[in-house]
This record gives sequence, C-alpha cells and structure tokens, in this order.
Amino acid sequence: MTATSPISPARIDASCRLPLFTLFGGAALWLVLSSVFGIAASLTFHKPTLFADCAIFTYGRAYPAWANLLIYGFAIPSGLGVGLWLLARLGRAEVAKPFLIALGAKFWHIGVLVGVIGILSGDTSGYEWFELPRYAAVILFLSFLLMAIWIFVTYSRRSVTELYPSQWFALAALFWLPWILSTAILLLQVYPVRGVAQVAIAWWFAGNLLNVWLTLAGLAVTLYLLPKLTERPLQSYYLALFVFWTLLVFGAWTGIPFSSPLPAWMSMLSSVATGLVIVPVLALISIVQATTRGARVACGGGPLCYTKFGAWMLLVVTILAALAVCPKVARVTDFTWFAQGQNALRIYGFFAMTMFGAIYHILPRVSGVTLSPSRVKLHFWLAMPGALLLALPLLGGGILQGLKLANADVTFLETVKAAMMPFRLSTLGETLIALGALVFLLNILGTIVSYYRAIAKTAYAEATALQPAEVKS
Amino acid sequence: MKSSSLVFLAAFVALSASWAGFVLAPQLQLGRAVQTKTIPAGDTYPLARPGLAQQGAEVYRSLGCVYCHSQQVGQQGTRVDVVLLNAGTNADNTLSAIAKVRPDLGKPETFIGLPKTITTVENVTAASSLVKAINDNGGKVEVNIVATGPDIERGWGRRRTVAQDYVFDHVVQPGTRRAGPDLSNVGARFPEIQWQYEHLYAPQVKVTGSTMPPYRFLFEQRRIGKVPSPEALQLTGELAPPPGYEIVPTDKARALVAYLLSLRADAPLFEAPMTPPPSAAPAAPATNSVAAK
Ligand code: HEC
Repeated sequence: MTATSPISPARIDASCRLPLFTLFGGAALWLVLSSVFGIAASLTFHKPTLFADCAIFTYGRAYPAWANLLIYGFAIPSGLGVGLWLLARLGRAEVAKPFLIALGAKFWHIGVLVGVIGILSGDTSGYEWFELPRYAAVILFLSFLLMAIWIFVTYSRRSVTELYPSQWFALAALFWLPWILSTAILLLQVYPVRGVAQVAIAWWFAGNLLNVWLTLAGLAVTLYLLPKLTERPLQSYYLALFVFWTLLVFGAWTGIPFSSPLPAWMSMLSSVATGLVIVPVLALISIVQATTRGARVACGGGPLCYTKFGAWMLLVVTILAALAVCPKVARVTDFTWFAQGQNALRIYGFFAMTMFGAIYHILPRVSGVTLSPSRVKLHFWLAMPGALLLALPLLGGGILQGLKLANADVTFLETVKAAMMPFRLSTLGETLIALGALVFLLNILGTIVSYYRAIAKTAYAEATALQPAEVKS
Repeated sequence: MKSSSLVFLAAFVALSASWAGFVLAPQLQLGRAVQTKTIPAGDTYPLARPGLAQQGAEVYRSLGCVYCHSQQVGQQGTRVDVVLLNAGTNADNTLSAIAKVRPDLGKPETFIGLPKTITTVENVTAASSLVKAINDNGGKVEVNIVATGPDIERGWGRRRTVAQDYVFDHVVQPGTRRAGPDLSNVGARFPEIQWQYEHLYAPQVKVTGSTMPPYRFLFEQRRIGKVPSPEALQLTGELAPPPGYEIVPTDKARALVAYLLSLRADAPLFEAPMTPPPSAAPAAPATNSVAAK
C-alpha cells in the first residue's frame, strides 16, 4: 500500500485489535480488583478490628494495593491503548507490530500482578503512588518501553503529516512516563538518594504522574471525542496549543504538599504551579463549551456523557487543588481526607470517566461488535454517582477533620470522629464504582468473546463449506 | 504544530526544568546532609538508629503505618518566654530597673511565686533589655524559645521536623495523612515497651474509642514454658489466651516497637531553635538556680 492511497479506517482499527484487547481487558480486570481492595481498606474505618489477624488486608497494604492497581493496572494501560488508537487513526497508519505491543501489554500486566503480590506480602517500596517493589517496577518499565517503541513507530509511519492536538498530548504522555518512571526507579529504588531528597523525588514523581500524565492522556481523548461526537470542529486549535504548553510548563512543578519537611522554596514553588494549572484547565473548558455549543447530539449515557463529565471534573479538582495550596486553607486541609477526595475526583471522576468514554467509542470499531447502549448507560449511572459519592464526602469530611486538627483543644480521637460519618458514606461510593467496574469488565469481555465467537463461526462455516469441494477432488 | 520535534521539545523543556528543580536541586541542597551539632549543647545529631530499630523501620514500612501516621511536626512560629528565677539580692533595685524597660512589669506582683514566666515576647532581641535590667541587678532569668502551633500544643513534638531529622532514614516516611497521631516523637511520649506491645495487639483496649487496626498477626500464642515470658501480654476478657498459653511478640513486633521507641526528633538545631528540655540539657544551669535560692 502506498502513501498516496489512504488506508481505510477499518484496516487501521483491525490492526489495533490485538493490543487493545490485551490492554483494555487487563485494565478492566485490574479496575475491578482495585475497587475490591478499596472497599477492604475503607471497611477498616467501619470496624477497625476486621482484619486484625489478616496481614494481607490490613489497611496499610490494602490501601496501596488499591492505589497501585488503579494507576498501574487500570490507568496506564487504558491510557496507552487509547493513545495507540488515536495515533494510528489520526496519522492514518496501521499499527506497527501489533503482536509486540500486545506482548508488551501482557508483560505489563504480569508486572502489575507481581507488584501487587509484593505489596500485599509486605514488600512495598514505601513511596506513596509508587509502592511497587523494585522488581515489579523494572518489569513495568521494560514492558512500557516495548510498547512505547512500537507505538512511536506506528506514529512515525503516519500518512497524514499535519498533527491534530490529540496527537501532541498522546506523544507527550508517551515521553513523560518513561522519564519519571526511570527517575523514580533509579533514584528511589536502585541507587536511593539519602534523607528527605527521597521525599522530594517521590512527590515530584507522584505529581507528574497524577497531575500531568493522567491529564495528558485524558485530554488526548477529550479533544478528539468532543468534536467527533458532536460533529463540530474543534474550537480552537490555538487554544488547544495553549492548553498543551501551559499544562506542561505548570503541571510539571506540582506535587509537593504545602506541609512538608522540605525547604520552604519547594513547597512554595509547587503551590504556585498548582494554582497556575487552573489556566490550562479553564482554557480547556472554554474549548469544551465552544465546541459542543449548539450541538444537536443527545449524550444519552454514551461516550459523550463520559467525556463531558470528565472534563468538568477536571475543572473542579483543579480548582480544589489550587484552593488547597493557599496557606490559610492548607493549614486546615493538609493531613486530612481532603487530598484523598481530590485523588478520587481526579482519577475516577476525570480520568477513568474519560477513558470509559473513549473505550466505548473505540471497542465497537476495532471488534465490529456493537455494545448494548443500555449497558454503557448502566455503567455511566454507576460510575458517575460513584465517583461523586466517593469524592464529596472525603472532601467534606477532610474539612471537618482539619478544622478540629487545627484546634489543639480538641482531642485527637475527636478529629478522627469528625470525619467518620462522611468517610463511611464514601464506602458507598467505592461500592458503586466497584459495581460499575464490574459492568465495564463484562462489557469488554463480552465484546472480546463475541468477536472470537464470530471468527470461530466464520471459520467453522468456511471449513464446512469446503468439505464437499475436498471430497470432489 | 506540524512537526513532532516541537512536541518533544516542549515536553523536554518543561520536564527537564522541573527535574532540575525538584530532583537535582534537593539532592545538591540536602542529599549530602550529614550529622550536625545541637544548639547550644553541641551534641552530635542525629544518631543512627540501633540495629533492631532499623529493622523495625522496615516493618513499619511493610505494614503501611504511614497511611495513617505522619512523621512530621509542623510549627507556626516561636515565642520567647522570659522566666524569672530569682530577683537578686536587692529586689527593689531590680524592680525599678524592670519598670524602666517594661513599666507593665514594674509591680511587686512580678516577684510573687518565682520561678515563673513573667512575660512572653516575639523574639530574643525583644527580651534583651529586660534580661539586661534583671541581670545587672544580680537577678537570674532564663530565656526560653518555645515553638508554637497546634501540633506542638498537641504534644506531638517540641519543635517542627526538619530535613536533618531524617538523615539516617532510608525510605523516609513523612506521611501525608493523619488518621492517627503524628509519630515523630512517639518514643518520648510512650516510652514503655509493654504499653506499645499491648497497644499494637489491641489498640481499643489501651485507648477507648481507638480506630487503629489491631496487629494481632505480629504476635504468637504459645504454651507457657517453665516460667512465663516477661514479654507476655497482660490481656483480660475476650482477648486473654486459653489457660496454659501466653501471647508474646514475634521478632517483627519487637523490631517495630524498638523503632517506635527510637522515634524522637526534639533536639534543638540551628534551623529549628528551641530551648532544650531540662532532661536533655546539661544539669548545670538548673542546679545553679536551685543553689541560688
Ligand atoms: C487506620 C489508621 C491507622 C493505622 C493503619 C495505624 N494506626 Fe496507629 N493509630 C491510629 C489512631 C486512630 C490512633 C489514636 C488512638 C490510639 O492511640 O489507639 C493511633 C495511635 C498510635 C500510637 C499511639 C500514639 C499516640 O500518640 O497516641 C502508636 C504508637 C501507633 N498508633 C503506632 C502504629 C503503628 C506502628 C502502625 C503500623 C503497624 C499503626 N499505628 C497503624 C490509627 C492507625
């Protein structure tokens, strides 16, 4: 096939099938498992003695298992899969070596499995959002490289040279992750630096992972799907460029909390950066508004609903994050559940919802199997309230807790109690998310199974059709 | 942007700048931190934790205590307490000297019930003229630098935690959440080994209403030998072992408690000044003042 005759979208989709099945299938499985650990962790606050004899589910292990399965199990594979499809589609190129990408994805999933077993058996590295033991982190890094190389080759074989904004975001994400991951592995696990310098690196890593990587991968989708689904042009290209630049420049400096034993300049710089991230996000919202305004497409619980909800949640969490670094607010919210509420909003509200939307858009295309809209809608109506019901009580409870923590006349256990009812409510949110994740898993597995069943059927039909011919010869 | 090199250039510039700022710079500023001297005593600080406590730090990490317990005390500022120990041989002279610099303190009540804090000011300089007035008349006065803020008032520490405190920790765990109290100085707060064991085994028994999960898997039940183990937990009611058995800590629990007891970050440092606790300071000044009475 020459570059002059464009490759049909159907062929590109077909070339994505194997890696995407592997990436999305695994991601959905990890998401379900992650929410199981999330519920287990949260049950500690309903009945502290629940896991008194069970080291695996003790809070300090179930919680990092939740976090790492969510990020390394669900978020990164789904982001990579969606990014691959976007780069292939927008560049009009078939995927280079789909088999190798799928192999990389398999190794990645093995790395996640090894990592979570490590965490549960007490081998945690001890850095928040990077608890994976060294051996697991190295597996992840190598499998990422394997996937990233062939994703990049796919991109560079493009037959359309003009770049669409989603491509910038996907490429930057492809570049960002190996850098931060290798820094964390080398300087925290292989040749660990000494003293609080560890803390600085761990927070830098977590900030770049949660605030930059997730946003890059998510916005690649938002900027593609919104115009596509509303059948309107992106408003506008230059605004998207502005979002891209400012997000990279400001986002890279986020992650160091206001209260820390690090030198004051670091917290200060990071706080300013966290505040400034509002700029790209406001620009994004104006893109969303201008692009979808007047569109006559009902969202109906489909991909458009997911994407729009995600973008709005990004705005909310960015504003909350900016507020929470103001010294007056930080004195209340630091060390409380407030940060956890933000994480929930960012990961479940923005990122996961955006990915669900993208995956529900992509899967039918690559598999040729139509998804039942009611099941997509069911997932939406579990995941959306789930994210809110998880995040809002944590945010509110965090404030109640923080107000009491700031007043030394209140006993410590009173501060814990202040957040207890809201926290228990958030368990309900996590449960809805778990149910949603289950629907998501069934949707994906259903697609994969139907696809292979269809193949088998045709193969069988062909085989049986051939028989008379064979008899004749 | 037409070309991908621009995309990569943007990403490279943005990420390498923050890498230099938050990865490289702290390494240069703090990564080579070594021991320092406490002020004013001049003791070496910090000391490496003993071997068992070192192992305990690993247990602490592996059990994820950090998700509930921070190890960083915050501080909002300092105040200076001026403590009058005695008024000198001629109290009237001292009083008039005090009245010159601080009219509000130039009353006989100032001398009632010594030693006591007669005033609290913002910094040492603000107290200097007062101190001079008292000293010149043979009176004795102590100027105490006291850290302030809710963490300090809760008794979580005597000063804020600084980078220096973590020099010997590998996998520094400052924590970001306080579903449990800060543990930077828990060794000073709960120095009793047996209390720590029993708290880990059954927090709700030791502290009514505690929401801390029990760590019973760090203990083992075994048949009582010739003599009961001195480490055996004193448990009653539901938690008590069957007759003839005792519950003792495993090696992990022993290491963990050794680590907890080693947690103590309250030495006065240049970057976190405060007046040392009486026990840590050399005994000399205290005995002097008693003798002078
Ligand atoms: C789910 C949250 C949680 C986890 C996990 C947790 N704790 Fe606690 N911890 C608490 C709470 C709440 C208190 C206050 C009530 C009490 O003393 O029991 C506390 C109190 C303590 C105290 C007494 C300190 C004081 O000032 O009262 C120590 C020591 C302690 N925890 C050690 C640990 C260790 C060691 C671990 C890990 C093996 C751990 N905790 C895990 C919640 C937790």
